[in-house]
Amino acid sequence: MNINLTLVGQLIMFAMFTWFCMKFVWPPIVIAMEERRKRIEEGLLAAEKGMHEKEEAHKKSKEIIKESKEKAAHIITNAKSQAASIVEDSKELASIEAEKIKNRTTAELEQDTIKAKNELKNQISDLVMKGVSVILEKEVDSKNHKEILNKLTQSL
Amino acid sequence: MATTDSALSSGEYIKHHLQNLTYGRFSDGSWGIAHGADEFKEMGFWAFHIDTLGFSLVLGVLFLFLFYKAGRNMTVETPGGFQNFVESVIDFVNDNVRGSFKGKNPLVAPLALTCFIWIILMNTMDLVPVDLLPRIASLMGVEYLKVVPTADPNATFGMSIGIFILMIYYSIKQKGIGGFVGELTLHPFGKAMFPVNLLLEGVGLLAKPVSLALRLFGNMYAGELIFILIALFPFYMQWALSLPWAIFHILIVLLQGFIFMVLVIVYMDMAHTKATDH
Repeated sequence: MNINLTLVGQLIMFAMFTWFCMKFVWPPIVIAMEERRKRIEEGLLAAEKGMHEKEEAHKKSKEIIKESKEKAAHIITNAKSQAASIVEDSKELASIEAEKIKNRTTAELEQDTIKAKNELKNQISDLVMKGVSVILEKEVDSKNHKEILNKLTQSL
Repeated sequence: MATTDSALSSGEYIKHHLQNLTYGRFSDGSWGIAHGADEFKEMGFWAFHIDTLGFSLVLGVLFLFLFYKAGRNMTVETPGGFQNFVESVIDFVNDNVRGSFKGKNPLVAPLALTCFIWIILMNTMDLVPVDLLPRIASLMGVEYLKVVPTADPNATFGMSIGIFILMIYYSIKQKGIGGFVGELTLHPFGKAMFPVNLLLEGVGLLAKPVSLALRLFGNMYAGELIFILIALFPFYMQWALSLPWAIFHILIVLLQGFIFMVLVIVYMDMAHTKATDH
């Protein structure tokens, strides 16, 4: 066990191996391991995020369903009330219209009555005139007594 | 196996197995492979352990090649078998670095990984049957072969001195020369006692690489020695001893790699952070 130049050779070899290891062996392995670590971490995070998103979406969809149900109910009630109001309105309108028609027909009836009355008056006066003229053919001149006759018809 | 090598006594067998294949400079200035104890002595410092360097080079390249390939073929979506293994090792090292190292330095984690895997691979050579590779080598005409690089103090000290250089470099870089010197001289007794402080802190500093190297070397050397001793038993008894020891040794192989890595991380952390007052 004598110390000799082998020691120097071994020292140089050790230095070279360490240098090579540091330069070419260590970095690629460590980088790849780090890369994998990162990927796994990212994957786990993404999975968690996905789960979270799924839950969120589930919640949201429930909310949307609930909301739309409410909306539908609202629409239905609205429609019902609208329909009721339309019916109400049309009832009112119809009654108004009926009233109007009734009024109009009453007015027409009155007018017709008046007309008929007038006609009757005229006819009666004519008849009276005819009767009188027949009776008073000679004494009474229709021309002279027209004024009196008119007064008579007016008073009728 | 001692029983087959009748020419070798037990002592010679052990000695032979603990001898590295050495290439060095002879006293006459020429270079060559050493044969025999005298020639090893003759070479002294000017020698290379070819087996230690060769095995550690092959194992280091194997480690880097496999991990480099895994890094090139990394997929984010569906990691396959080997990628999973690499990733768990990287995760393990990263956890240790994060737990012990408070500073920021892109060198520390790869350094820890290199120490961890390379040392484990080198230690694992201890689990190869002691006689297998030397036997094959001797059949090919190679006289000596010591297969466990970490059972050679040159290998462990080579690494720990590298760590030591990094410790001093980062200490000075992070705290400045003044800060580093101050750390060595102003603790634990205050300015007036600075020689004592320097002695204590200096020993403390130097003890780190020495203990780092000797712990690993001691464990592996002892483990190997025990395998060699077991190999001296008759062949029909060997399994009863070598199997439990090998199983136990798997633990040591991994544990020593782990301890080395953790201590490297801790020493790097010490170099990066200012010492608090004791």
